[in-house]
Amino acid sequence: MHYRTNPAFLRGMTQSRSVTRRDALRLAGLSAAGLALSACGVQGQKAEAPKKDAVAEYWASKKKNGTLRFANWPLYIDKDGKKYPSLEMFTADTGIQVTYQEAIQDNGSFFGKVQPLLAANNDIGYDLMVMTNGLHLGKAIALGYLVPLDHSKLPNFAANAAPKVKNPTWDPNNTYTLPWTVGLTGIAYNPKYVDEVKSIQDLWNPKYKGKVGMMADAQEIANFGMFSLGIDPDKSTEADWKKAGAKLQEQRDAGLVRKYYENDYVDALARGDVWITMAWSGDIFQQVAEGKDLKFVVPEEGGTIWTDNMCIPKTAQNPVDALTLMDYVYQPKIATMLVEYINYITPVPATKDLVLADAAKASGDDKAALEQIANSPMIYPSESDMAKLRSYKALTPAEEKVFEDIFQPITQG
Amino acid sequence: MKRLAPYLLILPGGLWLAIFLVVPMVFMASVSTQEGDVVNGFVQTFNFSMYGDALVQYQTQFLRSAGYGLVATIISVALAYPMAYWIAFKGGDRKSTYLLLVLLPFFVSFVLRTVSWKFLLADNGMLLAPLKSAGLLPEDFHVLQTTVAVIGGLVYNYLPFMILPIYVALERVDPRVIEAAQDLYASRREAFTKVVLPLSLPGVFAGVLMTFVPMTADYVNAGILGGPENTMIGNIIQTEYLVNNDYPTAAALSFTLMAAMLIGIFAYAKALGTENVLEAAAR
Repeated sequence: MHYRTNPAFLRGMTQSRSVTRRDALRLAGLSAAGLALSACGVQGQKAEAPKKDAVAEYWASKKKNGTLRFANWPLYIDKDGKKYPSLEMFTADTGIQVTYQEAIQDNGSFFGKVQPLLAANNDIGYDLMVMTNGLHLGKAIALGYLVPLDHSKLPNFAANAAPKVKNPTWDPNNTYTLPWTVGLTGIAYNPKYVDEVKSIQDLWNPKYKGKVGMMADAQEIANFGMFSLGIDPDKSTEADWKKAGAKLQEQRDAGLVRKYYENDYVDALARGDVWITMAWSGDIFQQVAEGKDLKFVVPEEGGTIWTDNMCIPKTAQNPVDALTLMDYVYQPKIATMLVEYINYITPVPATKDLVLADAAKASGDDKAALEQIANSPMIYPSESDMAKLRSYKALTPAEEKVFEDIFQPITQG
Repeated sequence: MKRLAPYLLILPGGLWLAIFLVVPMVFMASVSTQEGDVVNGFVQTFNFSMYGDALVQYQTQFLRSAGYGLVATIISVALAYPMAYWIAFKGGDRKSTYLLLVLLPFFVSFVLRTVSWKFLLADNGMLLAPLKSAGLLPEDFHVLQTTVAVIGGLVYNYLPFMILPIYVALERVDPRVIEAAQDLYASRREAFTKVVLPLSLPGVFAGVLMTFVPMTADYVNAGILGGPENTMIGNIIQTEYLVNNDYPTAAALSFTLMAAMLIGIFAYAKALGTENVLEAAAR
C-alpha cells in the first residue's frame, strides 16, 4: 500500500512557504550569477558537439561511490512522514545512500544559481537534478553542462519507457536526459461559472472577462497563442510568433486576463478569483482528489506536453550512482510508487495495471484514490488527447531573444 | 596608536562595504556594457546603447514604479505622521509598547504578509464576500490585481520605516519649546506648524528616503497582488536576470533605476532646503 494520502493538502500547506523560498533563491542566484559573470568577463563557452566516443571516454574512469546527492522539486517523490520509501528501497537494493533535497523551485532561479558554478567547473552540490524541457535545459545542453548518458547501463529505461517519451526533439536519443515525470498544459475551469469547455477560444470568451488566468511563462502562452491560430509550435516561424503575440495582446487589451500567473494560479482558481485558466494537469488532479469541483481539458486545438527530466551535471561527484538511480526508477514497481504519490504522468505505462492491482488490494478511501489515479485522463491521457499535444518550440539563442521580445511584453506590460 | 584608532574603527564596516557593495557595483557596471548571451558568452564592448534601449523599451514600467512609489510614500506620510505624533506626545509610559506594536509585523516574513493579503482580499474572501452578498458591491468587483492592491501592499509593508524616523524626530522635540511658543501667543496650530513640524522634517525626510527607494524598486507586491497592468521595473529586472539570463539588460536597468532615484532624492532634498542630505537623514 504505497498511497500516502493527500499530497495535495501538503502542497497547499507549503504553497506560501515555497514562494518565500523561491524568492530567496532568486535573490541568491541574482548576486551569485552577477559576480561569477563579471569575474570571468567573457564566459559562457558554447559546447562542441559531443564526440562519438565522448560517452565511453567520460564513463571509463567513473566508479560507484555509494552516495548520491539528488536535487528535485518540492513534493515530487513518494514520502512517508520524513522517509522516502522508493529511495529506501533503492538504498537496500544498491547500497547507495541518497541525500534528497527539494532544492528546485523553478528552472530559472535554479539555473541562475548553478550556472556560474558549472561555468567555472565547480561542484554544484548535486549529482542528479531535474529540469523541465525548455529554455534553461536547452541552455544547459548547449553549454555542455550535462553528462552524456551511457545507455548500456539503462536497460530498464530501454525496456519500460513509453515510446512517446523516448527520443524527444529537444534531446535526440535521450543523449543527456531521461524523463522523471510528464505533464500537460491545458485548460482548467470551474463548472459552477463556466459552461463546458472544449475549445481554446473560451480563453478569449468575453463572458469570462477579468476571470481568465494565463501563464506568465513565455513558452507556455506562446504555445496557447499558436494553438488558437492552428499553428504547430514545432514548425512555427517568427511570423507565426508575431501573429500569436497579436492574438494574446488582443486578449489582454480586452481586459479578459486577470493575471499572468506563475504556479499561484491554482490558489486563484480554487478561491474563485479566476474561473477559467491555463493549468498543469497534476495540480488540477490533486485539487479534484481533494474534493474541489474543477475540470481539466486538453482543448481540441491543442495542448502542451512537457517533461521534467533527470540529468547529471558535468561536475557531479557520483555520476555512476546517479545513472544507477535514473535506471532504477524505470522499474514498473518503483515507477508505480512514484506515480501514486506524484500524480503527474509517469513515463512508464506498465504502472497503470500495477496501480489497479494496488487498488484491488486496498480498501475505502485508499482504494477510491488509487482507482481515480489509474482511470484519470490527467495521469494516463487518452490516445486522442495525446494526438493533440505538442512540445515547446526549441529555440536557438538568437531566436530566444526575438521570442522573448514578442511574448514577454504581453505578460509584463 | 591613538592616531590609528579612528581608522581601525572604520575598518570592519569599510571593508564590508568595499567587498560587498563597491566590488559588485563595479562588476555590474561592467556587465551593463557587455554584449552577448549566456550560450555564446558575453563580451565587454563598452556598449552604452543598452541604457537607451532599455529605458525606451521599459519607460512605462519606470514611470509606473515612480508613480507607485510616490503615491505610496505620500500615503505613508499621511498615515505615519499622526501615529508617530500620538506615540511621541501622548504615548506616556507605554511608548515602547506602542513602538513594539508598530514593529510587530516585521517578525513575520515579508512574503508571507503579502500572501496573506491574497487570502484576505480574494474575490470571494472574508472581506469582499459579505459586502457582495449584502449588495454593497457589484458581483464582479475585485481588489486583487489592481493598482489599489499594489499600492496598498507597498504602504502596508513599508509603513514602519516611515513611523520610526518621524517618531524619533518628534520625540526629541522638547515640550518646553511648545510651551514657549504658546507663551509668545502662538495658537496651538501655529505652535505646530511653526515649531514642531519644522523640527520633525528631518525625520520625515529620513522616512521618505527609507520607504520611497525600496518601494519603487519593489517587485514582490506587484508580483503577488498586481495584475497585467501593474508590472513594476523590479519585476522586469528580475525577469531579465533570472528568466532570460540577459545580464547586461538587467544590469543597465538597475543602474538606470539607481541613478533616477539618486537624482530624485537630491532634488527632493534641495526643494526641502536641506543643506546636507546625509546629515539630515542621520539626524
